[in-house]
Amino acid sequence: MSILVNRDTRVICQGITGKVGEFHTRGCLDYGTRMVGGVTPGKGGETVADLPVFDTVAEAVAATGANATMIFVPPAFAADAILEAVGAEIPLVIAITEGIPVLDMARVMPVVRASKSRLIGPNCPGVITPGQCKIGIMPGYIHTPGHVGVMSRSGTLTYEAVWQLTQLGHGQSSCVGLGGDPLVGSSFIDILALFEADPDTHSILMMGEIGGSAEEEAAEFVKHHVTKPVAAFIAGQTAPPGKRMGHAGAIISGGKGTAEAKLAALESAGIEVAASPADMGAAMVRAIERKNKKK
Amino acid sequence: MKIHEYQAKELLRAAGVPVLAGRVASTPEEAAAAFIALGTPICAVKAQIHAGGRGKGMVKGSTQRGVELAKSADDAARIAKGLLDQTLVTIQTGPEGHVVHQVFVESGCAIERELYCAILVDRQAGSPVLIASTAGGMDIEEVAHKTPELIITEPFDPDRGLSAWQTRVLSARLGLPAASWRAAEQFFKALTKAFVNLDASLLEINPLVLAKDGTMVALDAKMTFDDNALFRHKDVAALRDENEEDPAETRAAAAGLSYVKLHGTIGCLVNGAGLAMSTMDLVKYHGGEPANFLDVGGGADVKQVTEAFRIILSDKNVKAILVNIFGGIMRCTTIANALIEASKTVGFTVPLVVRLEGTEVEEGKKILANSGTTIITADGLTDAAKKVVAASKGLKA
Repeated sequence: MSILVNRDTRVICQGITGKVGEFHTRGCLDYGTRMVGGVTPGKGGETVADLPVFDTVAEAVAATGANATMIFVPPAFAADAILEAVGAEIPLVIAITEGIPVLDMARVMPVVRASKSRLIGPNCPGVITPGQCKIGIMPGYIHTPGHVGVMSRSGTLTYEAVWQLTQLGHGQSSCVGLGGDPLVGSSFIDILALFEADPDTHSILMMGEIGGSAEEEAAEFVKHHVTKPVAAFIAGQTAPPGKRMGHAGAIISGGKGTAEAKLAALESAGIEVAASPADMGAAMVRAIERKNKKK
Repeated sequence: MKIHEYQAKELLRAAGVPVLAGRVASTPEEAAAAFIALGTPICAVKAQIHAGGRGKGMVKGSTQRGVELAKSADDAARIAKGLLDQTLVTIQTGPEGHVVHQVFVESGCAIERELYCAILVDRQAGSPVLIASTAGGMDIEEVAHKTPELIITEPFDPDRGLSAWQTRVLSARLGLPAASWRAAEQFFKALTKAFVNLDASLLEINPLVLAKDGTMVALDAKMTFDDNALFRHKDVAALRDENEEDPAETRAAAAGLSYVKLHGTIGCLVNGAGLAMSTMDLVKYHGGEPANFLDVGGGADVKQVTEAFRIILSDKNVKAILVNIFGGIMRCTTIANALIEASKTVGFTVPLVVRLEGTEVEEGKKILANSGTTIITADGLTDAAKKVVAASKGLKA
C-alpha cells in the first residue's frame, strides 16, 4: 500500500514534446513508472520515448486507460491544461509547472473542487511511491521503500529530508510535493488524511514554510484526527516580513504566516519539531520513539 | 512588482474607479505649477515611494512628513523641496528609508468618513476576496489583530466579479447612508474588475473616503502585481521603477536568479527556494547571520553561478559564503565544475564553504578537493554551517 500512486498507476505527460516534459518522462520511465503516453496539441501521432502522443487528453485516456497525468505545459497555458485533465476525468492531476498566474489558479480551483479529480501542485516536484512509481522531477535514487509518509511545500528541501530519512534507515511509503504557490490543489490536511488511512504509512514528516496558514490548519487537524507520529520543520524562520522568498507563497504579510506562529501551532498539537534543517530525519525518529514509549 | 500611488491612480481612473485629480512633479517648480493647474484651495503633496506609512513617516534629518497639505503654490513648492531627493523613513521602509524622486500633488476633498478596503487572493477561500473595514486610515494589521469583528470579507469569482448584493452587504456593514449605496456598488465593482483585469496581487485603498457630497473616492492606492502574470500586461510591466528596487535584486532577476538582500555577513547560494530558506535558518541556528536569500534554481550553469557569486560579493558585508546544493536532476560533478570555473572568474576575497549532496556527490567532492582552489568542503548541513560561521568570524577578528 501507499497513497496516490503505485506500480499500477498509468501515467501520461501533458507537454511531453517539450524539452523538460520529454526529459522527465524519460526519468520516470527509467524509474519504472508505467508511462503510457503524452499529450501535445497539434502533435498527435508522433512518438516520444516510444510513447504515443495525442492531441487531447480525452483521446489519450481513451487509448491508454491513463489514470494519472503529469503536467509540464508552460505557465501561460498550464491552467487550461489542468482544466482539460479534469474535464477528461483523470483521477490524479499532478501539475509541475512553475509560474502560473494566481488568478488563473483561482479560476481552476472551483472546477477542481467540484470534480472527482485530485490536483497536486502546481509548482511542485510531484509524487513518488519508492520502488513503484515516480511522477515528477525528484531524483528517484535518494528514496527507499518504507513507512514514513513525507509531504512538503518545497522541492529540494523534501529531497534533503528524504535523504536524511534514508541515511537513518527509514524508508518512505509515499512522498508528496504540495507546491510553493499561494493556491495549490491539495493541502497538508488532504494528504494527512490519506497518510492516516494508509496502513503502510506508520509515521508522517512534513516540511512547511512561512506564509499562509496551511501549517496551522495541519496542526489543528493532527490534534484531532491523526494517531500516527508526526514530525515537522518550518523553513524561513529567519526570513523578514514583506519579502517574497522565491516561492510566491512564501511571504509573511500583514503579520500572518510567521514561523513563530506555525511552530507554536505544531508544538501545541504534539508534533515533534525539527530545530534545524539538519534535524528533520532525526525529529521523525524522535517522534516515532516517543509514540512507541507511550504504548 | 510594486508601482507608485500616482501610477496606480492612473490605472484605476482608466478602470472607472473614482480618484481625485492630481499631477506628478519632479521639481518644486513643477509642484507649484501642478497646484495652480489643479485650481483647488487645498492640495495634498505626497512623496512617491514604494512603501506605506508615508503620512507618519519623516525625512531623515528634518521634520518634513511624507504627506503634507499645501494651501498655495508656494506652499506646494516648499513641501516638494523638503521631500525631493531626500530620504523618507516610514515604518515600512526600515531605518535606511527610501529616496523620494517624485511627489504627487492631488486636489483636496471634503471628507465625511474614512474607510478601508483591499483586494487580495485568499488561500483558504481559493479565490480573490474584498476586505473592508470602518477603521480607515489606520494600520489594518492592528485592526485585524485587536478588533477582527470590524473586518468584512467578501470572496468573489474572478470572472463573475462582485455581485450587487455583496456590495449592499458591504455598504450596510460599513454604515454608509442609503443614498451612497449606488456609488459604493459602482466603486466596489470597478475596483474588483481592475484587480482582475490587471492581474494584481494586492490592491489596497487606505483610506477609502465617503465624501461630504456622498460619493466614494480612493484617497490612496497601493498596488502590487502578480509577477507571474506580467507577461500578459506589458503596459503594467513598463511602470517598473528600478530606483525603488535593490540593484542587486534587479540584476539577479535578469539572470533568472531569485535573490533577496538581508543584513548579515554570510552569503548563501542554494538550489531551491525551500532549501535556500532552510540554509538561512541553519546559519542562524549556528550563530551566524545570513547576508541573503539566493535560489539558483534547478538547472544552474556556470554563467548563472558566476553571476550569483558576483551578486553575493557586491554586498560588502559578506565575510564568507556558503554554497549548499542538493544535486537531484543536476549532477554534483556539474555543479563542482561550475563552482571552480566561477571562483576562478570571480576571484574570491572571502572563504567559500561548499556542501554538496546528491547525484555523483563523491566525484563532485573529488573535483573540488583536487581543484587547487581554496574552497572548503563540508560533509552534511551541520558541518557546513559550523565551518562557514567560523570562517566568517575568523575574518572579523
